[in-house]
Amino acid sequence: MKIKVIVTLKNGVLDPQGKAIQQTLNGMNFGNVEDVRQGKYFEIEVKEKDEKKAKSLVDDMCKKLLANLVIEDYKIV
Amino acid sequence: MRSSVIIFPGSNCDRDMDVALKKFGFKNQMVWHNDQSIPKSDLIVLPGGFSYGDYLRCGSIASKSKIIKSVIDFANSGGLVLGICNGFQILTETGLLNGILQQNKFLNFICSNVFIKVKDKQNKYFKDLKKDILELHIAHNEGNYFCSDDELKSLEDNNQIAVTYCGEDGAENEATNPNGAIKNIAGIFNKNKNVLGMMPHPERMIDKYLSGEDGSLFFKNILDNFK
Repeated sequence: MKIKVIVTLKNGVLDPQGKAIQQTLNGMNFGNVEDVRQGKYFEIEVKEKDEKKAKSLVDDMCKKLLANLVIEDYKIV
Repeated sequence: MRSSVIIFPGSNCDRDMDVALKKFGFKNQMVWHNDQSIPKSDLIVLPGGFSYGDYLRCGSIASKSKIIKSVIDFANSGGLVLGICNGFQILTETGLLNGILQQNKFLNFICSNVFIKVKDKQNKYFKDLKKDILELHIAHNEGNYFCSDDELKSLEDNNQIAVTYCGEDGAENEATNPNGAIKNIAGIFNKNKNVLGMMPHPERMIDKYLSGEDGSLFFKNILDNFK
C-alpha cells in the first residue's frame, strides 16, 4: 500500500527558499503571488494491507525520521 | 588523551581533524560509521562534511547510523563529544543537542573566516582559555541555528550557548551574523556541557603559516583541562 506524506515548515519558521521562489514569480509578472512555502513530498510503499495500520506505521516514521518536529509539520494524505 | 573521529560516507573534514588532534598529542583513531562500537576514548569527534550527501536534512541519515548508539551512550555517560559543522548538524538530529541548523538566511554557501566569542568557560572545552574571541573558519550552507523560544530560554538559563558570531571587537549584531542564526549562535552545549556542537572549524586553524592558530588554542585547552 502506498502512503503519501507531505512535510512542510511550521508557520512562523523562516523559509528563505519559498521567499526566493515568491520573489522570482513576482518578477515573472505573477504579481498576485503573496507567499510561497516549500515542502517535501514522500510516497512510501508499505507491505501492509490494512490502511489504518499502514498509516500508523508511517506516522511513526514521520516522527522518527521524515520530519524534524522542531521546524516541520507533516501530513499523511 | 584518546580520541576517536567517526567517518560517515561524505565526511570530508575527518582527516584534517585527525591531523589536528595528533599534532597536539591526542592518540586518535578513525572509526567507520558501520562499526558497532567505539574504541576506548576520552573524546569522540563527529567531523564536518556532507554525510550521506545531506539527503533528507543535513545530518538526519547519519544520526540513525549503526555507530550512533555508541556515541549517544558515551555522551550520556558523561564522555566528551564534539561535533563540528556537519557533526553539529548530526548532534541536533540525534537529540543530544537542542534545535536545528537551517539553510543560511541568504541562501548562500559561506566560506570565510569569522570571529567567535566564547560565552561560557565553566566546561572542559573552554575552561581557562586565554582568549575570549577566536578567529576560526566556517564553510557551510546550513548553519542558521534555530530553536523554539522555550528551548532558547532554557539554553540561556543553563549557560548552554557556547560560542556566538561576533566582530573582531566582540560586537554581536546582525552585521556580524553570517547566516541568520538566532542570537548569533555558532555553537551550543547539552545540559551537562560534555557535548559541544559548533559550526566553525578549529581544525583549520592550527598553523600560523597557513591560517592562524586559534584552533591550536582550542585543542591544547581540551588537553590541558584533561590533565
